[in-house]
Amino acid sequence: MEFFRIKKDIPFMRHALTFNIISLITFVLAVFFLTTRGLHLSVEFTGGTLIEVTYTEAPQLEPIRNALATAGYPDAQVQNFGSARDVLIRLPNRDDLDTNGISGRTMATLQSVGGPAPELRRVEFVGPQVGKELASDGAMALLLVIFGIVVYLALRFEWRFAVSAIIANLHDVVIILGFFAFFQWEFSLPVLAAVLAVLGYSVNESVVVFDRVRETFKKKRNLTTPHILDHAITSTISRTIITHGCTQMMVLAMLLFGGETLHYFAMALTIGICFGIYSSVLVASPLVMWLGVSREQFMKPKKEKEEAVV
Amino acid sequence: MNRYPLWKNILIGLVLFFGLIYTLPNFFGEVPAVQVSSGKATLKLDAASLSGSIEQALRDAQIPSTGLFVDANSIRVRVADTDTQLRAKDAIEKRLNPDPRDPTYVVALNLLSASPNWLTAIHALPMYLGLDLRGGVHFLLEVDMPGAVTKRLDATAGDLRTLLRDKNVRHAGITREGNSVQLRFRDAGQRDAARSAIQGSTADLQLADRDDAADDLKLVATLSQAAQKNIRDFAIKQNISTLHNRINELGVAEPVIQQQGLDRIVVQLPGVQDVAKAKDILGRTATLEVRLVDETPGALDAALAGNVPFGTELYKERGGAPVLVKNQVVLTGDRLTDAQPGFDGQSHEAAVHLTLDAAGSRIFRDVTRENIGKRMAILLIEKGKGEVVTAPVIRSEIGGGRVQISGRMTTTEATDVALLLRAGSLAAPMEIIEERTVGPSLGADNIAKGFHSTLWGFVAIATFMCIYYALFGFISVIALAANLLLLVALLSLLQATLTLPGIAAMALTLGMAIDANVLINERIREELRNGVSPQAAIHAGYERAFDTILDSNITTLIAGIALLVFGSGPVRGFAVVHCLGILTSMFSAILVSRMLVNLIYGRRRKLDSLAIGQVWKPGN
Repeated sequence: MEFFRIKKDIPFMRHALTFNIISLITFVLAVFFLTTRGLHLSVEFTGGTLIEVTYTEAPQLEPIRNALATAGYPDAQVQNFGSARDVLIRLPNRDDLDTNGISGRTMATLQSVGGPAPELRRVEFVGPQVGKELASDGAMALLLVIFGIVVYLALRFEWRFAVSAIIANLHDVVIILGFFAFFQWEFSLPVLAAVLAVLGYSVNESVVVFDRVRETFKKKRNLTTPHILDHAITSTISRTIITHGCTQMMVLAMLLFGGETLHYFAMALTIGICFGIYSSVLVASPLVMWLGVSREQFMKPKKEKEEAVV
Repeated sequence: MNRYPLWKNILIGLVLFFGLIYTLPNFFGEVPAVQVSSGKATLKLDAASLSGSIEQALRDAQIPSTGLFVDANSIRVRVADTDTQLRAKDAIEKRLNPDPRDPTYVVALNLLSASPNWLTAIHALPMYLGLDLRGGVHFLLEVDMPGAVTKRLDATAGDLRTLLRDKNVRHAGITREGNSVQLRFRDAGQRDAARSAIQGSTADLQLADRDDAADDLKLVATLSQAAQKNIRDFAIKQNISTLHNRINELGVAEPVIQQQGLDRIVVQLPGVQDVAKAKDILGRTATLEVRLVDETPGALDAALAGNVPFGTELYKERGGAPVLVKNQVVLTGDRLTDAQPGFDGQSHEAAVHLTLDAAGSRIFRDVTRENIGKRMAILLIEKGKGEVVTAPVIRSEIGGGRVQISGRMTTTEATDVALLLRAGSLAAPMEIIEERTVGPSLGADNIAKGFHSTLWGFVAIATFMCIYYALFGFISVIALAANLLLLVALLSLLQATLTLPGIAAMALTLGMAIDANVLINERIREELRNGVSPQAAIHAGYERAFDTILDSNITTLIAGIALLVFGSGPVRGFAVVHCLGILTSMFSAILVSRMLVNLIYGRRRKLDSLAIGQVWKPGN
């Protein structure tokens, strides 16, 4: 089987400006939603208590809310989770309440509501300090990844590649976050892991294209920079699409069979993969071009003979 | 050109063989077992004699066992099914604990890997499942370090008093104020004498002079940085060992108790579902203190009226009667080496027998000698709130470090107090700052879902690769399977804990690992398209793809390592698998697949075409 029958190089660079304007708009939208709506951070970051219970038949949520309010948690969030039989309860951290007994007391309250008996599936209680540390650790991890990748690419290729790859990939990350902000999906630690994995993965994409660019620069002396980029992208496009397709199949399997816990993790990866393929080809490459990459940067300067000619 | 030397083939074969062996234990599942561990903090498990008597007990009861395993803290016996497990537990319990009221050993139900003994013997053990996969509770506890330092300063104040008295230095009072101990003197000569006495006896204190008035000379002692660090290290170690003892007392199978960061302790109790009970175990964050009762006439009445005299604190006794206790701590729980319930030799009342260590006995002897006829309070301090367990009258000087507490106690109370004291007290109070409970059904669900998503993803990729790249696709799939095998083997070998994010990372890594093979296959097709001969195409395909694979994997690895360094909990579980997966995928995608291609095509002189799917040429 052979999907790609490309006779001539596809003129990606001719449309570079259009793609980048689209990118810029998506990026600005993502930033807009991030600032206006903000991320719906999970209990791991905000601190608080999260209790997941399951019932044998779908319970009424309103009595549960009322019971919790009378038990001293008027700001409890009660919602269905996955199916109508699963209920997720969130309680924010409060100074005046004894944190140690929360889960036990909440379960007691739920049992007193009546109706079908709840079965405890999961309890998470996170102190406010831990949440703050997690958030700062996450930010540090993000910075470390960016720094590490820029340094590696700058050493291995050239600073122009490093800069454009990282811009393109941060654009992916911001867009994933934008999606999470827009839909108010829960941003949890596994999602953070997924976002950072996407950063690595997406750079991976750019590297494959850049690798080909470098090779083409060395091999074909008579082409202009945009043509070389077109050629490099065209000759790797089949691989790019197949690889992404395979990874996407795996992630899709996680999205379909992984259940609630892996749902948003897989979702972040799905968005990341879709935008990763786009940004590494259509954002990173034009950026490299505009930053003024040229053949000379890859030619090793010939060493001048230093001995005096006698 | 496409042949590996024999040693390389053998090497790759060996790696895969070991991978297979170390992956194997994961497939056997678990069987019921009985775990025997020490029931007393003071009792060391003597594996040799104990395993003998366990075997004897099982033989007497005619219970067949399928293996006996010994590790540092416990002995475990594997049995066939849960019925036998219960019978075995009873038989062992009866043999090892002849007196059920005072159990010497904890006999608990447990699960062990069902893999054959020869696998266990070569340390091929299954992966450790995280709590999210098997259910249980997880706590993150924070140790109150300022509390530990304050406590040490209180003890230091007492030590200094004793020291100055021994050296005949007259002082006008020693008190702890904030983070320092203040010694008052009436004249400078005594202060200098005190200074040299203190400096001669300890290096932990930094001393400074402070003159508030001509007749109010002070020496301010603060703990040095090194001493403070020692206190913190000791506090966390002592708390961990205390937690070990407490959990051990309750016979939880395979608990995890680890230090995390400077002042935090992670406790994981697999299989425990009852959070309230688990908290009860840990929540006894009690510290034990021995202090003298202030019996100045009228002082208690003044305290009850709201005027607590300086240097004392008001506590309640168990019965509810108020007791006024001096601030100065005579002894703390860490001087205690053992506590047993028992009976008073004369009055036949229930009593608790305590044994103190050498330093403790000396202090106790001095204090009891000087305070005969007075009352001494044993305080249990939980979460900053103290309660007087008992406040007996000192009848005589008590030397030798053997102390008996009796009076107004039932047998059960005596047992409780002894258990509490014996399990060791905490060097500093702790607070639960994170708590997670995962139900067993959720754990099983998580395993099933994680497994299914990996399986179906793998099947989808395998199908696609085989159709799209024909034989080369099939080889890639074998390489991918080898990758999975090596990854699981490596995780089992490292005894890493597998969590749900770990399974997700495994799936993601597989999805990304196929990239290397796609790169190689595409490259070979491209070479063929350009009219290169098949053998040369294979060679060039692998050679040229190598640089790209290296670059792209290193960038991914950078992200993985950052996650590993800064991540905690689920993120770290993800990162470990992710990083290892990148390493194994490089090995399998490049070496294993190349070996297979070499074995299939390498020996053929004349090769017309490769089974790599259709190679479309623009010219045709």
